[in-house]
Amino acid sequence: MNMDLKNLTIKKAHKSLSEGEFTCRELAEAYLKVIQEKNPEINAYLEIFDDVLLQAEGAQKKFSDGTATVLTGIPIAIKDNILFQGHTSSSGSKILENYTATYDATVIKKLKSAGAVIIGRTNMDEFAMGVSTENSAYGVTKNPHDITRVPGGSSGGSTACVAMDGALVALGSDTGGSCRQPASFCGVVGLKPTYGSVSRYGLTAMGSSLDVIGAIGKNISDVKIVFDFIVGVDEMDSTSIPLKFYEKKVVSKPVIGIPRDFIVEGVDPRVIANFEETVEKLKFAGYVVKDIKLSYVKYAVPAYYVVTPAEISANMARFDGMRYGSSSKSENLREVYIKSRGKGFGKEVRRRILLGTYVLSHGYHDAYYNKANTVRRLIINDYNKAFEQVDLVLTPTTTGPAFKIGEKVDDPVKCYLEDIFTGPANMAGIPAISIPSGFVEEEGKKLPLGVQFLAQHGREDLLFEVGSKFEALQRSVI
Amino acid sequence: MNIKDVENLAELARIELEEYEKKDLLRDMEGILEYVKQIEGIKLDDVETEHGITNIWREDKMEPREFSRELIIKQFPESQDGFLKVKKIL
Repeated sequence: MNMDLKNLTIKKAHKSLSEGEFTCRELAEAYLKVIQEKNPEINAYLEIFDDVLLQAEGAQKKFSDGTATVLTGIPIAIKDNILFQGHTSSSGSKILENYTATYDATVIKKLKSAGAVIIGRTNMDEFAMGVSTENSAYGVTKNPHDITRVPGGSSGGSTACVAMDGALVALGSDTGGSCRQPASFCGVVGLKPTYGSVSRYGLTAMGSSLDVIGAIGKNISDVKIVFDFIVGVDEMDSTSIPLKFYEKKVVSKPVIGIPRDFIVEGVDPRVIANFEETVEKLKFAGYVVKDIKLSYVKYAVPAYYVVTPAEISANMARFDGMRYGSSSKSENLREVYIKSRGKGFGKEVRRRILLGTYVLSHGYHDAYYNKANTVRRLIINDYNKAFEQVDLVLTPTTTGPAFKIGEKVDDPVKCYLEDIFTGPANMAGIPAISIPSGFVEEEGKKLPLGVQFLAQHGREDLLFEVGSKFEALQRSVI
Repeated sequence: MNIKDVENLAELARIELEEYEKKDLLRDMEGILEYVKQIEGIKLDDVETEHGITNIWREDKMEPREFSRELIIKQFPESQDGFLKVKKIL
């Protein structure tokens, strides 16, 4: 059966499944066929689960017994750091190469009960530390738009997988931009929800005060549907909150703010030009666009690279070669720790553990860690003030299109600067979304660009509303 | 920072490092610290650092969870009679 996967959406697929135009199994098989063709080159998936067709049969039953939801039978990919009971979950790391998840993450439980078909686990930078998937222990993922370039990261496997039609939608995680930056590089939509709105239970931790599970899809509507299914307070994650936790003001026509001072340094002129076009389109559509000032946001990334390594050094302590994960044989306990961790962790993970150990050590704790946390408060204050005047903030998602494989990987600071537009939302805990905004041409290849909308805590609704309008504007121009 | 500091940090973090790596790590750490140092210059007037955090409590009682005991035991690098086997610590 030939299906137009390129233009398939969740709603269209649901209609076809409901009307019996194709079955859940046929839909899954259509994606498996694409994966078989494209994945050997792209390396978006680390594993296709062996129970995909079984899941599809289960989904089909939901259609016959009337319990189907809009997600039933929808093929979805999950990032390799989300636990799916009985399946390998390696977080892109050698140390978890043979780890089998002993329970379901809350998001997986929700997807299962909705009847979604979980296709496989996608490649990522080791423990989500990176911006290109080059830090994966299992090889780089290639950008489907140009295989000499990275897909972005750390959720690069998930975004590449959606871009190559290897799944209709995917889950990623976002600690400093890991859903949005790769979405921008791969020409898809990536959502980072409000911190705490989606349960982190069963998400392998990186920076616990910043981590959130996000949705990736070809359009806003698909991303919104997935978000609506995974959102919600969960007793297994004590930092989870209901969406109504934050007060919401009534907004009739959202006003958009632009932090102009912030969008200059080190940004590709083609990105600026594309961004200005975006602003013009939004004005043309009747949105009021205002310049705003965010005084401390420029410190978000340097502060992020103190807070995050600190949390990483604590979170990574659990990998000790004792209870699970790879373990090196040795004479005594201490040697087992040192050797297992020495063999199991890759370069960037070691770098961040040492950096975190340093900023938390006696004598540096105040100068680095405490200071960075205070800066974080100033960033939150910055946004709170801005959101008194505007309802959304707009920036480019990245400073340029996807870069070449090998171009930045040996320079950690260059990699960290990739987070310049995305990191602030994580530091503030606010939701943000990256939406495709056009292309630039390089070496005969069309490379996607994206823009990012940010909103107040709990205002994903505004991101979806204006995002959908912008999407429609894009279509009418093309 | 010097090589000794890198060795100390690796010791604290329980990570075995190869000799050649230490130099690379030292260079990387210096670069990163130079970059993050810009937060040092920020003047802070009485910033409220509290986030309005509240504790989330639950009753201290047993409730069934959906763990698979069998899968957990299977993950153990070493086990005996269904127990985790570790090296002597005393």
